[in-house]
Amino acid sequence: MKIDEVTETDYMDSGAACPGCAGELALRLVLKELGEKTVLTTTPSCVGATCSVNISRINTAFPATAATSVGMSAGLKALGKTDVTVMAIAGDGGTADIGLQGLSGAAERGDDILYVCYDNEAYMNTGIQRSSATPPGTWTTTTPVGKERPKGKERPRKDMLKVMMAHDLPYAATASVSYPTDFLDKVKEAKDRTGTRYIHVYAPCPTGWKFPPERSIEIGKKAVTSGACILAEWDEGKFSLTGQSKRLAEDGKELTPMKEYLGPQGRFKHLDDEAIKEIAQTARENLEEYRKLAQAYS
Amino acid sequence: MMSKEVFVSGNTAVATGVSLVEPGVIAAYPITPQSPAVEKISEFIADGEMKSEYIEVESEYSAMSACIGAEAVGARAFTATSSQGLALMHEMLHFASGQRLPIVMAVANRTLAPPWGILNDERDTIAQRDTGWLQFYVESAQEALDTIVQAYRLSEQEDILTPTMVCYDGYIISHAYEKVVVPDKDEVQSFIPEYEPDEILNVEDPKTLGYAPSGYNTEYRVKQQLGTETAKGAIGDITEDYADQFGRDYVGMVEEYGPENPDVTLVTLGSVTGTVRDVVDKLNDQGREVGLVKLRTLRPFPYEQLADILKGTGAVGVLEKDISFGYEGAVFSEVRSALQGTNNVPSMNFIAGLGGRDITMENIENVYEKLFTMAETGESEGRIEFVGYRFSDGKGII
Ligand SMILES: Cc1ncc(C[n+]2csc(CCOP(=O)(O)OP(=O)(O)O)c2C)c(N)n1
Ligand code: SF4
Ligand SMILES: [Mg+2]
Repeated sequence: MKIDEVTETDYMDSGAACPGCAGELALRLVLKELGEKTVLTTTPSCVGATCSVNISRINTAFPATAATSVGMSAGLKALGKTDVTVMAIAGDGGTADIGLQGLSGAAERGDDILYVCYDNEAYMNTGIQRSSATPPGTWTTTTPVGKERPKGKERPRKDMLKVMMAHDLPYAATASVSYPTDFLDKVKEAKDRTGTRYIHVYAPCPTGWKFPPERSIEIGKKAVTSGACILAEWDEGKFSLTGQSKRLAEDGKELTPMKEYLGPQGRFKHLDDEAIKEIAQTARENLEEYRKLAQAYS
Repeated sequence: MMSKEVFVSGNTAVATGVSLVEPGVIAAYPITPQSPAVEKISEFIADGEMKSEYIEVESEYSAMSACIGAEAVGARAFTATSSQGLALMHEMLHFASGQRLPIVMAVANRTLAPPWGILNDERDTIAQRDTGWLQFYVESAQEALDTIVQAYRLSEQEDILTPTMVCYDGYIISHAYEKVVVPDKDEVQSFIPEYEPDEILNVEDPKTLGYAPSGYNTEYRVKQQLGTETAKGAIGDITEDYADQFGRDYVGMVEEYGPENPDVTLVTLGSVTGTVRDVVDKLNDQGREVGLVKLRTLRPFPYEQLADILKGTGAVGVLEKDISFGYEGAVFSEVRSALQGTNNVPSMNFIAGLGGRDITMENIENVYEKLFTMAETGESEGRIEFVGYRFSDGKGII
């Protein structure tokens, strides 16, 4: 897909998200691709609380995103309405933490839903608390930087793409709002399948990451080009890297220095060069691991 | 097809009731003692006797969430659970009633852990009293089946739109075999109108569910309250219509049993009602005028009827299988509040059957003896008695 093929039609009504919010943009883009024959589940999160859409939507309870969508899908089937896409959108907290059980259950059963997780790497709606998707080295309000804990969050983040791949679902991918055509190509792939489809889209958050709102797209790009976030796709048992991540891992393209990605973000300002080097090293290792996975599942 | 008689367990009766309604979506998770009910529903579907989408969810939380999703797009939904499963659903119980989704759920009452136990008491559903659901407590497998059918018509009534729990005591009803009359499916279908809700998620007419206009929470809640209040009249009408069409009359929200104007009256609910009926018969045969009031619904709470029934009696006992720690049995509190404004009839709370402890006829005869003493003296010797308390430290009466 080319960017000028993206429809002008907008299904977002109004929004109260912060300026530069990439989570809001993620939903805006997905809906453009899915179109009006969609019913949507949202949940407590920045997107659930701030976005208003002009397609049918239920704002369910925080752990209930997947199961509510599953019920909608079954209900539509029972009523013979088979041409409607049931889509869910939740944050990283709503997905990797409190909603994981319901999502796992749906994916294992193969329930017919398209689930989008927009990942801003913390609980933003409640004031920047860590989630299991928060990367190591991050300051959040529940992983504050202190004498005893100079790095902020310590443990690695949960890799939701791998978690979902372990369910052997028809389609799963990571994407970034900073690469909208790659993202929408994936939404398009996911739309036409049956079963549980999962898209994990990285969505920088100026408020929680502490950078100026006009830099969201640029920071999102650096997340990918530094190797901190990886674009990949699982398609009926085949795994591949896509877009910039493919170029970095397979075509030998240079990684952006990690400092260029982390530096502008206030949530990393406590990190010294040594800590940044460590993060860069982990990113290289992750990228290499993904490259090998792509080889193994080609 | 005609109605037929079968000899089945309460769980099978519940499953059969659901098969007659044939909701679009069933989402359930197994738990003792409800499991055989959902197994039976799965069998009906596998055998083609029932056409419903069955979601084998991974938890009760998801079961209720999926029912919510199904009803939100306009499909009928059903689930069943017990005890820990019901507790796990708690958040979504509020969601279902708040969103005005007329889900029907059967609950095989079971005690809550710890101490772990699979046997019956009613602490599980009584703890969910304030979730905005209508609650029926049934006495038999037959009543469970019939109440499930009635519940769909009740919940879906446009001016009610409130979900219903049909509570049937674990083991005592769920696993006991009874002769049950299974009504004709077409007749059941004609008893419950087509489900055509206005406020659903569809692609033709986009809308958002889950919010009220900001600042209108109170008005939203008033509507909810009015819906549940409206259910009072509707329960009477629906049970009457049901009696006309199917020949079984559950009277409404409360049933009186025994002589008119009894000297003392015991209020109870659920399966123990059957045992109390026998005691009432026995004592009345001995010339002692004792009465029984069966509470069929806890929500809506029939306080006007109760006040009317109980105002002339000499003493009131409430026998229930739950306790609200720090106070008393929840049903007792409700009954006493209904008695406000009537004359000062002495009342006492009898808590029994916790964790499946048998409630014997002798237990109930003792309760009636106590009520007679209270009627004579005009006062009770304690507020709460834990029936059959085993220690000899005298702490069974508080
Ligand atoms: C059961 C429950 N626990 C906690 C909350 C409070 N809560 C609302 S949104 C949220 C965090 C959302 O984080 P995430 O899913 O990452 O979305 P984000 O706000 O970051 O976009 C929390 C903890 C809730 N609504 N429900
Ligand atoms: S806090 Fe972040 S995710 Fe939430 S609305 Fe603001 S920018 Fe968007
Ligand atoms: Mg988040």
